[in-house]
Amino acid sequence: MLRFLLGRLAVLIPTFFGVSIIAFSFIRLLPGDPVALLSGERVMSPERHAEMMHRLGFDRPLVVQYFDYIGGVLTGDFGTSIVTKKPILDQFLALFPATLELSICAIIIAVVIGIPAGIIAATKRGSFFDQSVMGAALVGYSMPIFWWGLLLIMLFAGTLQWTPVSGRISMMYFFPPVTGFMLIDSLLSGQSGAFKSALSHLILPSIVLSTIPLAVIARQTRSAMLEVLGEDYVRTARAKGLSTFRVVGIHSLRNAMIPVITTIGLQVGVLMAGAILTETIFSWPGIGKWMVDSVSRRDYAVIQGGLLLIAAIIMVVNLVVDLLYGLINPRIRN
Amino acid sequence: MTDTTNAGIGADPSLKARLAEFWFYFSENRGAVIGLWVFIGLVIVALLAPWLAPHGAAEQYRDAVLVPPAWMEGGNASYLLGTDPVGRDILSRLIHGTRYSLFIGTIVTTLALTGGIVIGVIAGYFRGWVDTLIMRLMDIILAFPSLLLALVLVAVLGPGLTNAMIAIALVLQPHFVRLTRAAVMAEKNRDYVVAAKVAGAGHLRLMFRTILPNCLAPLIVQGTLSFSNAILDAAALGFLGMGAQPPTPEWGTMLAEAREFIMRAWWVVTFPGIAILVTVLAINLVGDGLRDALDPKLKRS
Repeated sequence: MLRFLLGRLAVLIPTFFGVSIIAFSFIRLLPGDPVALLSGERVMSPERHAEMMHRLGFDRPLVVQYFDYIGGVLTGDFGTSIVTKKPILDQFLALFPATLELSICAIIIAVVIGIPAGIIAATKRGSFFDQSVMGAALVGYSMPIFWWGLLLIMLFAGTLQWTPVSGRISMMYFFPPVTGFMLIDSLLSGQSGAFKSALSHLILPSIVLSTIPLAVIARQTRSAMLEVLGEDYVRTARAKGLSTFRVVGIHSLRNAMIPVITTIGLQVGVLMAGAILTETIFSWPGIGKWMVDSVSRRDYAVIQGGLLLIAAIIMVVNLVVDLLYGLINPRIRN
Repeated sequence: MTDTTNAGIGADPSLKARLAEFWFYFSENRGAVIGLWVFIGLVIVALLAPWLAPHGAAEQYRDAVLVPPAWMEGGNASYLLGTDPVGRDILSRLIHGTRYSLFIGTIVTTLALTGGIVIGVIAGYFRGWVDTLIMRLMDIILAFPSLLLALVLVAVLGPGLTNAMIAIALVLQPHFVRLTRAAVMAEKNRDYVVAAKVAGAGHLRLMFRTILPNCLAPLIVQGTLSFSNAILDAAALGFLGMGAQPPTPEWGTMLAEAREFIMRAWWVVTFPGIAILVTVLAINLVGDGLRDALDPKLKRS
């Protein structure tokens, strides 16, 4: 297992440095003057320009600049935002819980609905239920989620007035963040109605963000189950006279879950891409909206730092999934 | 060797026979056939857009702003799906938008496919440090969420449809590289390749004439997926203001323009989304059918 871990790290670490080189260099590929871009000052005298060049370190060789940057990154210094002048890591850490809360809710919805739907579809292959689930999954998989979000807002926030349109909680409530998760914080605050408000804000964005993972997980569960149900050992279990529940729920499910777990792990990237659109539509103050806002404000320091942080998180999660996969499936380790 | 002996042992069935076999498996999947018909319909709409659309895509009727669809109260039969906030006919814009979406899908898939195949064949054929370097580079691209990387690339290159297409092609390409490389590695040591090598075929001929045609099945399936992904991603970038710019009748851009009117005029938001969904769904249905028809593992023999 240790060798497996080291092998994965041997691939991961160079990839991380590659990612950092990309995040570092694209700001220097930009058309235009990087000093003007990074300082945010449009007009400046030649003296001021030279001073800024020096202060930002652009007068040094590229390699030196890169090692300076990566040295900062490794000690937690991702630079400061051009617009807000605040450290990028602080901003990221302040906004990340919002995205995490949304992503966790979305993946819970996707797993809780997707896996049972896939299992039942596989055991009743060809039935009306199977066809409906697979049809719905294909529609979900093909869904432009930004439009799906707008439709849900029109129906539930507009016509029915069941949920609010945007944000994380009603302006009526205020309490200091403890965990950063609005659902938990609103409970801890003890204010009546705060939890309900937080939940009603969370429900639509979670549904939108869960759409594609749900479709993918349902499809993957069904095909993994179908494969396992055709195996000899399942036939043996049936021949022994075990109940359908035991055959499907215990003998088959265990092995069918191996590829499904990998699929769930792969959804982290999908969730981050989905968060960009979902958070923009619902004005959800998380990482995705932060990145979109930074792109439109041309805050290149934030784009650079955010890109690197998001990629790092996805890589770490994928590593954890790989390790889990190695734990449950010993064949992979060698 | 004559053709008859070949046909006799079934080693090299004619193109017609292979197409017939393909169609036999493909047409078993009802959804795929429906998807194919819808897609053909969309291609016809795109080709005939200027003649089919009742109004110009950018033509503004100032006395007909936010007119609801024809079947609703206050609707007007000359604007079947209603008009947008500046009085443009939505149906006409959607019809013209078909051109953009199919164009985006075609160009992006072509770019990603050719780039991915060339790089993937080189990696799988030569192996060694070339392979390691290429695959590490692809890992780096795949480490980013695709939409985020495309968004940032467009921010660097400047917003616009061309740059959005380049960015999306770049993000989709690693999938083709991985598939091609795996297929080439599997085929490389087969007898027919060794035979061609002994017969004196050069590297280029071996790579692209001998090996590549036998690796095409998974690439075709991935190509269909990329086609629908390209349309979705381009619409998403358009929606975020980074793709096609107004007044282009691109469906995602139309949604971005319509966003602030969702509480007042449902039709400006609903129809462009349906257009995206139907197009992507049709292509994905075809993709599923292609996978079933081309993947020998799933064939029932």
